[in-house]
Amino acid sequence: MRKTIAFLATGLIATPAVAGEMTVNVEIPRLRVAEYHKPYVAVWVENEAGQAVANLKVWYDVDMRNAEGTKWLPDMRTWWRRTGRTLKMPVNGVSGPTQGPGRYALKFRDGVRPLGKLAPGAYKLRIEAAREVGGRETLAIPFQWPPRGTQTGSAQGQSELGAVSLILKP
Amino acid sequence: MFARASLIAAGLAIGLGAFMSTPAEAHRRWLLPSMTVFAGDEATASVDAAVSNQLFVFEHHALALDNLAITGPDGQTVQPTIIGSGKYRSAFDVPLKKQGTYRIALTSEGLMGFYELNGQRQRWRGTREEISKIPAGATNVQINESISRTETFVSLGTPNDTALKPIGHGVEMIPVTHPTDLAAGEPAVMRFLFDGQPAAGLEIEFVEGGTRYRDNDGAQKLTTDAKGEVTLNVKDAGMYYLETTKSVDGKEGQPGRRASYTGVLEFLPS
Repeated sequence: MRKTIAFLATGLIATPAVAGEMTVNVEIPRLRVAEYHKPYVAVWVENEAGQAVANLKVWYDVDMRNAEGTKWLPDMRTWWRRTGRTLKMPVNGVSGPTQGPGRYALKFRDGVRPLGKLAPGAYKLRIEAAREVGGRETLAIPFQWPPRGTQTGSAQGQSELGAVSLILKP
Repeated sequence: MFARASLIAAGLAIGLGAFMSTPAEAHRRWLLPSMTVFAGDEATASVDAAVSNQLFVFEHHALALDNLAITGPDGQTVQPTIIGSGKYRSAFDVPLKKQGTYRIALTSEGLMGFYELNGQRQRWRGTREEISKIPAGATNVQINESISRTETFVSLGTPNDTALKPIGHGVEMIPVTHPTDLAAGEPAVMRFLFDGQPAAGLEIEFVEGGTRYRDNDGAQKLTTDAKGEVTLNVKDAGMYYLETTKSVDGKEGQPGRRASYTGVLEFLPS
């Protein structure tokens, strides 16, 4: 117990060797359509080669009978090809139920699942949304890891996604 | 026997051209899956089988499902549920219970042709072994072997390659780019084999579905390189059809051979 406190105390003063916090703000826009279904949304991190290195969030119909909700996961086409099709859903700490229109703040920490340990380098945060009887949109925010100071990046969706931002803190 | 074999060869030299251009060959044969990419523990691919001019419109006749061969991700045969055949199409469901790639094929092969006996022209159809049963007095014997393969591919979950292994008979397409991981704007490489060997110089016709809604079918005419490969480039996502035929003249009394391949591939938005 004392050790923990000591560690935290030094951490506040010195620059920690291992750190990094990522906040992803996702806006799901309200759409005026005849038949509305909440979108499936995937958030992941890609390296420079375009390989998925961390699955951060997958919102889909987790509660449907006989796992019927997984049927539409390939509609998030980019995510599906990069990583989705190799996963056995649900994935603990990653998958969650679909969300309605609104703003969502997702926090991830370095070294902690699902972000895990990212090697220093250039990455892209990818967000993809696909809606039943609707469209699909993907956004990307490039970033460097680990962050030097607080950094922000943003992207603006046009159809299935609204404003998306990434805030990195050491 | 020697005499008859010579007659076959002579007949082939004269009659091959006429035999090849039967009207049915103008049509396109296809297996159209509902989708090629599936998710979950199990799923069902529904497939239509038809012969038509327009892609993919049911307007000519149904394709018979007698020789349906479905290979699962583990290389084992998968039994389809046959829904039935109407005037213009046949339909069946493929249960996808194992993760990976399924190769769905309709094959046909057989020998057919003509001969003359006592001044009468006789139609003949049979197997390679049955050629010897053609009456000894037959003249102007024209027999050709025809082998056809009509295919499509679907995957449940992560694609794999087990079902894509060459069979080594007739014309086959062996995907270099995985056939259920195709995206518009990304080149896809396909290798063609004839009796298991790379088929160089093969002419491939590659057409986007929805020809009914275009004045020109926009078919791409491609030719396989020394490795038997072509690169498919598509601008728009959709279902695509490809077709090729390889003909070999009969030699030393052997019937000529005509092997055809048609396939349907889905390109998704990237």
